[in-house]
Amino acid sequence: MFVRQASAILRRYIKTNQRLKAFSTTSSSIDYPGAQVIWSDKLSFTNSHSYAPIPTYRVLNSQGQIKNASEDPNLCKDVLEKMYKDMVLLNVMDKILYESQRQGRISFYMTNFGEEATHIGSAAALSVDDLVYGQYREAGVLLWRGFTIADCVSQCYGNKEDGGKGRQMPVHYGSKKLNFVTISSPLTTQMPQAAGAAYALKGKNKVVICYFGEGAASEGDAHAALNFATTLDCPVIFFCRNNGYAISTPADEQYRGDGIAARGPGYGLNTLRVDGNDVFAVYNATLKAKDFALSRNKPVLIEALTYRVSHHSTSDDSSAYRSTEEVAHWVTNQNPVNRFRLYLEQNNLWDEGREQEWAKECRKNVLTVFGAGEKEAKPHWKEMFTDVYEEMPDHIKTQMNQMAEHIEMYKDKYPVKDFS
Amino acid sequence: MALNKLSSTLLNNSLVFKELKNVASVFSVRNFFNYYPTTSTPAEGPTKKLNMVQAINNALDITLQTDETALLFGEDVAFGGVFRCSLDLQKKYGSERVFNTPLCEQGIVGFGIGVATAGSTAIAEIQFADYIYPAFDQIVNEAAKFRYRSGSQFDCGKLTIRTPCGAVGHGGLYHSQSPESYFAHTPGLKVVVPRGATQAKGLLLSCIRDPDPCIVLEPKVLYRAAVDEVPIDEYLTPIGKAEVLKDGDAVTLIGWGTQVHVLMEVAELAKTKFNVDCEVIDLVSILPWDKDAVCKSVRKTGRALIAHEAPLTGGFGAELASTIQEECFLQLEAPVARVTGFDTPFPYIFEPFYLPDKWRCLQAIRNLLDY
Ligand SMILES: Cc1ncc(C[n+]2csc(CCOP(=O)(O)OP(=O)(O)O)c2C)c(N)n1
Ligand SMILES: [Mg+2]
Repeated sequence: MFVRQASAILRRYIKTNQRLKAFSTTSSSIDYPGAQVIWSDKLSFTNSHSYAPIPTYRVLNSQGQIKNASEDPNLCKDVLEKMYKDMVLLNVMDKILYESQRQGRISFYMTNFGEEATHIGSAAALSVDDLVYGQYREAGVLLWRGFTIADCVSQCYGNKEDGGKGRQMPVHYGSKKLNFVTISSPLTTQMPQAAGAAYALKGKNKVVICYFGEGAASEGDAHAALNFATTLDCPVIFFCRNNGYAISTPADEQYRGDGIAARGPGYGLNTLRVDGNDVFAVYNATLKAKDFALSRNKPVLIEALTYRVSHHSTSDDSSAYRSTEEVAHWVTNQNPVNRFRLYLEQNNLWDEGREQEWAKECRKNVLTVFGAGEKEAKPHWKEMFTDVYEEMPDHIKTQMNQMAEHIEMYKDKYPVKDFS
Repeated sequence: MALNKLSSTLLNNSLVFKELKNVASVFSVRNFFNYYPTTSTPAEGPTKKLNMVQAINNALDITLQTDETALLFGEDVAFGGVFRCSLDLQKKYGSERVFNTPLCEQGIVGFGIGVATAGSTAIAEIQFADYIYPAFDQIVNEAAKFRYRSGSQFDCGKLTIRTPCGAVGHGGLYHSQSPESYFAHTPGLKVVVPRGATQAKGLLLSCIRDPDPCIVLEPKVLYRAAVDEVPIDEYLTPIGKAEVLKDGDAVTLIGWGTQVHVLMEVAELAKTKFNVDCEVIDLVSILPWDKDAVCKSVRKTGRALIAHEAPLTGGFGAELASTIQEECFLQLEAPVARVTGFDTPFPYIFEPFYLPDKWRCLQAIRNLLDY
């Protein structure tokens, strides 16, 4: 008791002293309250060239070899295998759902090609208890956590099995059970929310991870989030997937300066930049970020450099704004799944036979699940009116009843039998 | 490598569905309207068959050509915009006049206000009306109130905001909204909604020239569906004037944007099923709106039905209904009817049940006639 009082008095003394020092005419170190003062009589701009670019952390080289043994995450065989298998599964699901959109079976889809390592590397470093806020291109994180292909297909079809009850467009997944907050299309809205969630989870031994694109980072909400997270000491990992494009807009029209990472120090944020196509680099960075966030109750910014191999979505044709050679380079030379496979093969953890077998199994699984999901009925149309509020207010009840009467009169005009 | 193949087949379509034997396609875009083209030409001179995207592109082209201060910008505008409305305009007018902005709606509108304040013409695209809310403060507190708060020393009348709105069949919560009534509640703005290619061009040109900040809400489902013979020269469609598209004496049907086409079909259905003639009005302009045209019609018919995709509560139909009630009280044979989206977010899979479709409108007409 006494000790605590004494230290409180001491702290107050130091604070007062600092403030006095700040007002003293002789002091030259601490002066204005807004920033630390270092006097200079040279007038020169500080700009992005005043510092070296933030280095990009890498563990695996392009040949799938660990360059520095001290950086080996030393994951066990089962984990390595699950990481790789989930990446392939993600690829197969993407391919089939993408094609299904092309055939008019689902209305829309977004693939994750090229960014598999950012999903799996970060997901593997966290626990399922850690809370995830996604943007929309993070399906691998969900698969890692145990979201099934059936869950994905149900959401994309908006059928009865969809946890979101068919209300959102495809790929807007969410799972309370897996601590993955349901995706919302308006960009960057998840970022300040993630800071708030992290604040509320302080002391509960959980971190929040929040994924966002380099395009989304231009929204005002991104500024709010980073500034809130640092000033309010929130244990949140802001994970930027810098894939070079926001729909057609290349990163160099999105921002100037040294990427998204360079903003971190400006906000007083511990920052890491990693090779996002290196699953081990992403894993190590996320693990370090989690340790720091938990032990210090502070946020971390990770910028993962990667490349969006696919079109933005099925509504987009990226050949209108980038060359096929550019894409081919990333698919063949810088493929994160291939790089990881090379590592596994060199360590006798994988081979062509297992590759064939697993790819076949994934394909069969996805197609089977897909066929079942397609046949599944939609939720009852009255679900349109539920969940606006916890309890349905009278005015919505009235509207629902009016619609019921209307459908009774015009039965043949509505697809009622598909919605039961 | 198998994986390379996986990724590259993405680029060259392959067939992976051989194993799935013809499961009937469950997803289908239900046609919730049939397009009624505009046949009367609003201007002399040659016309061209254009869809709404091309008509908008043409209006932008004319503006960039004739107004050398005009700037066109927004997310992905440089390559033509996600709906292709600005296609080839950067090539034609250069990247200093037609350009991408960073992904930030508050930035786009704030920047546009500044451009307009400094005397240049600003045409800002917000990629979807559902994403206009980050810019709400700039629009509602800044653009709308600029002239008033400065005693008209300053204004941003040279700002026009274009944004795609409304249902498309599969847009769900955030690619379907019709936010007109949020902006209708804001003195200082002008808000218009074209129903097709002809109006899209004329209204856009009017908004660009109008001395006050304007928002053009473009029903995106019409972008390709709406094809008219559009005059290729410049013409202006007046802001604040409604258009009577069909004369009638039984019920006045009022809508805007896509809903106008639903109402045109409903009028035909009412004729065949109930043998009555409905008058169809395209409101065209939400703020200011054409009270005279609406009330003149309702005084004649004695019955009014307003239909819009946005939710009922606080929807713009409420404003029309209360004014009609004030102005036409003695002529009304039945309470004003509203057929609208329900008071829920816009739902993805339930869209066929959500929209104020022709059957809901038809039932409302029956009720008005039987009152
Ligand atoms: C507020 C808002 N504005 C615009 C959009 C439309 N939009 C959807 S995705 C996207 C690009 C996002 O790019 P980025 O953040 O880099 O993510 P990526 O698609 O590259 O993964 C845009 C402009 C949106 N969803 N929300
Ligand atoms: Mg991106």
